[in-house]
Amino acid sequence: MGTALEIKDLHVEVDKKEILKGLSLKIEHGEMAAIMGPNGAGKSTLASILAGKEGYDVTRGSIEYLGKNLLEMSTEDRASAGVFLAFQYPVEIPGVATSTFVRTALNAQRRSRGEEELDAMEFLKLARQRAKELEMSEDFFQRAVNVGFSGGEKKRAEVFQMSMLSPNLAILDETDSGLDIDALKIVAEGVNKLRDNKLSGIVITHYQRLLDYLQPDTVHILAEGKIIKTGDKSLALKLEEKGYQGITEAN
Amino acid sequence: MAVNTETIDAVEKATKDYKYGFITDIETEFAPKGLSEDIVKFISKKNDEPTWLLAWRLEAYRKWLKMNNEEPKWANIHFPEIDFQDAYYYAAPKTDAEKPKSLDEIDPEILSTYNKLGIPIKEQEMLAGIAGSGNVAVDAVFDSVSVATTFKSKLSELGIIFCPISEAVKEHPDLVKKYLGSVVPQTDNFYAALNSAVYSDGSFVYIPEGVRCPMDLSTYFRINAAETGQFERTLIIADKGSYVSYLEGCTAPMRDENQLHAAVVELVALDDAEIKYSTVQNWYPGDENGKGGIYNFVTKRGACRGVNSKISWTQVETGSAITWKYPSVLLQGDNSVGEFYSVAISNKKQQADTGTKMIHIGKNTKSTIISKGISAGYGQQTYRGLVRMQAGADNATNFSQCDSLLIGKNCGGHTVPYIDSRNPTSQVAHEATTSKISDEQLFYVQQRGLNPEEAVALIVNGFAKEVLKKLPMEFAVEAQKLLGVSLEGSVG
Ligand SMILES: Nc1ncnc2c1ncn2[C@@H]1O[C@H](COP(=O)(O)OP(=O)(O)OP(=O)(O)O)[C@@H](O)[C@H]1O
Ligand SMILES: [Mg+2]
Repeated sequence: MGTALEIKDLHVEVDKKEILKGLSLKIEHGEMAAIMGPNGAGKSTLASILAGKEGYDVTRGSIEYLGKNLLEMSTEDRASAGVFLAFQYPVEIPGVATSTFVRTALNAQRRSRGEEELDAMEFLKLARQRAKELEMSEDFFQRAVNVGFSGGEKKRAEVFQMSMLSPNLAILDETDSGLDIDALKIVAEGVNKLRDNKLSGIVITHYQRLLDYLQPDTVHILAEGKIIKTGDKSLALKLEEKGYQGITEAN
Repeated sequence: MAVNTETIDAVEKATKDYKYGFITDIETEFAPKGLSEDIVKFISKKNDEPTWLLAWRLEAYRKWLKMNNEEPKWANIHFPEIDFQDAYYYAAPKTDAEKPKSLDEIDPEILSTYNKLGIPIKEQEMLAGIAGSGNVAVDAVFDSVSVATTFKSKLSELGIIFCPISEAVKEHPDLVKKYLGSVVPQTDNFYAALNSAVYSDGSFVYIPEGVRCPMDLSTYFRINAAETGQFERTLIIADKGSYVSYLEGCTAPMRDENQLHAAVVELVALDDAEIKYSTVQNWYPGDENGKGGIYNFVTKRGACRGVNSKISWTQVETGSAITWKYPSVLLQGDNSVGEFYSVAISNKKQQADTGTKMIHIGKNTKSTIISKGISAGYGQQTYRGLVRMQAGADNATNFSQCDSLLIGKNCGGHTVPYIDSRNPTSQVAHEATTSKISDEQLFYVQQRGLNPEEAVALIVNGFAKEVLKKLPMEFAVEAQKLLGVSLEGSVG
C-alpha cells in the first residue's frame, strides 16, 4: 500500500476570500474516499486545486502526491502523472470531436511519460471497448466535446474519458448528479472496474445511492473549508438520516 | 468570351471604395530603382514579351500614374506611407554568391517553425533560399525529376495547360490575350494597376472543355512558390464543363526580404465549370514589436461567367504583418455558385482586413461565406464583406457567417458586412458571433494532459473546423499544425 495523496493544513483563498481553511486529508493507494458536504463548503474548490486550476492562492499548507509536491506541478504534468478530474460542470469545446479530443489527450500524456503513442486503429479499438462497457453509443465519438450533450450524457462522457486515460487518482465531482438510475449503476460499475487497477479515488457526492455501488473505504465531511468528520461508509448513512445539521451538532 | 461591359461595370461599382495606396522603403540589391516607363519596358524585355503585352503594361502604368493620388484609407489597418519611387521593381534571381550558404544563416525562429511543421531538411533549404538547394529540393519533393516530368506529360495528354504565365504568353498568346485583365481590370484598384504594369511572373492554368483535372495542382506550385516574386500574376481558366482544384502557397514561413506583395489572381469559370482555389498564406508576420513582415495586398477575383458554374475560395491566412485581401466572385451566369471559406489569424502585432465580395448578377445565383477570424496578442482583425444583389439577380441567395475568436485582452476582432440588395426576390442572411477562449476551456483541456499551447491549438482548430474541412486533405493536415504554430506564445 502506501500513501497516494496527502493534504496538510491547506488554506486557499479566492479574491482574498478564504475558502479552504486548514483542510487535511490522506488517501492510501487503492482507497476510495467519499467527500460529502453542504453546498458552498469548498468541495469543488478542493478538486480544482488538486487538478491545478489557476486563480487560487494557496496561503498555507501542502499537497503531496506520490511523494511529489503537487502544487509545484503544471496542470498537464499532473494529468500525465495520473490525476483525473471528472468535472461537476463539463466544458464544451465546439468543433472538436470527442474521439479526437480523447486521442489527443491520451497521446499527449503518453508522450510526456515517454510511452509510444497509440495510432488511430489502436485507439479506436480501445475506445469502442470502453464505450461498450459503459453502454454508450459510439455516435458521440464524432460529436463535439460536450456540445449539445444532455446533463447525464456529459457525466457519462466524463467517465468514458476517465476510463480511456486510466488515471491513478480520480476525482469525481458530483458525477452522479444528472444520471438516471440505470446510468448511475453503469457508471459506478465502470469506476469499480478501474479500481481493480489500483485506482485511488475521491468521490464528491450529495447522495447515498452512488456510494451504495462504490462502497467507499472512507467518508469525509467537508464543511466550512475543512474536514470536520471522518468515518467509514456508515457515516454516509447517518448523514442521510440526520442531515449535516444533526451530524455537526452530534460532533 | 471577351470582357463584357457588365463585368467591368459591376467590378467598378463593387470596388469603388477598394482602392488603396502605400509607400515603402524596400532595399534589395537589384537596380534600377523607381518606377518609370523605362522600367516597365525593361521588365517586359527581360521576359522577352510580345509587343501587345508591353503595350498592355504601359497602358496599366499610365493609368496607375493617374491613380496615384487616390489612396483612400478605409481599411482598419495602419502602416507608414511608402514612396514608390524609392522602391525596386525588378529583382533578378539571386546568384548563388548572394544567397545564404546554409541553414546556419537563417533566422532560428523560422527554422524552429520548419521543424515543428515537420519539413524535411532539403525542403527547408529550398524554402530558405539556400545557395544550390533548388535542384535538390525538386528531388526531395518529387523523389526524382522524372516524376515531375510524368506529372507534366499526364496533364498535357488531357490538354491541360499548367505553366508559368511568362511561358503561356509565348506558347498560348490567344488565351492569355483573351482573359488577362478580364476579371480584374487594370484600373480595378491602385495595386492591380501597379501589378499589371510590373508583374514578374506567376501561374497560368487552362482546363479544356469537359476535362476534370485528375490531381490538385499543388506540389508543383510549392516548388515554384519559393521563387515567386513580389508582384505575382495568376490566371486560371476552366472551360465548359471542366473542373480544377488549385492549391496556392506553402505552410512554411517564406523567407523574403521584399516587404510589399501585390499579387493579382483571376479565375474564369465557363458554363458548368468549377474552380476550387485554396490558399495557405504564411509569409513572415514580423516580430513581437511589429517590426518587419510582409504587406500582403492582393486582388483575387473569380468570374462565374457561364451558367451553372462554381468558384470557391478557401483561405488560411496566418502570416504577413498586414493582410489586405478580398477574394471575390462575380456571379454572372444563371445558377452559378460562389463560396468563400476563410480562417485568418492575427497574432503579435499583425493586422488583417480581409473578407470577400459576392456580386450576384445572374438569376438563381447562390453564395456562401464562412469566415473565422482569430485574434491574439496585439493582433487586429477585421472581416469586411460585401454581398450585392443586382437588379437582375432574381431569386439569388446568400448565407454569411462570420465568427470571431479572441485570445487575451489586447487584441481586437471586428465585423463589417455590407449588404446591398436591389432585387426584392433575393435573400441575404447574415450571422455573426464573437467568443473568447475561456479559462474554463483551457483548464479542462489541460486537465486532460495538453500543455497551454496544445490546448489553444486544439480549441482553435475546433473553431476553424468548418473551414479547414474544405481544404484538400494534404493541405488540411499542414494547416492544422500551422494554426497551432502561429498562435504560440498567445497564452500563459
Ligand atoms: N472564483 C470564485 N470567486 C469567488 N468565490 C468563489 C469562487 N469560486 C468559488 N467560490 C466560493 O467558494 C465557495 C466554495 O465553492 P465550491 O464550488 O467549492 O463549493 P462546493 O462545495 O463544491 O458546493 P456544491 O455542493 O454546491 O457544488 C462558495 O461559496 C463559492 O461561491
Ligand atoms: Mg461543487
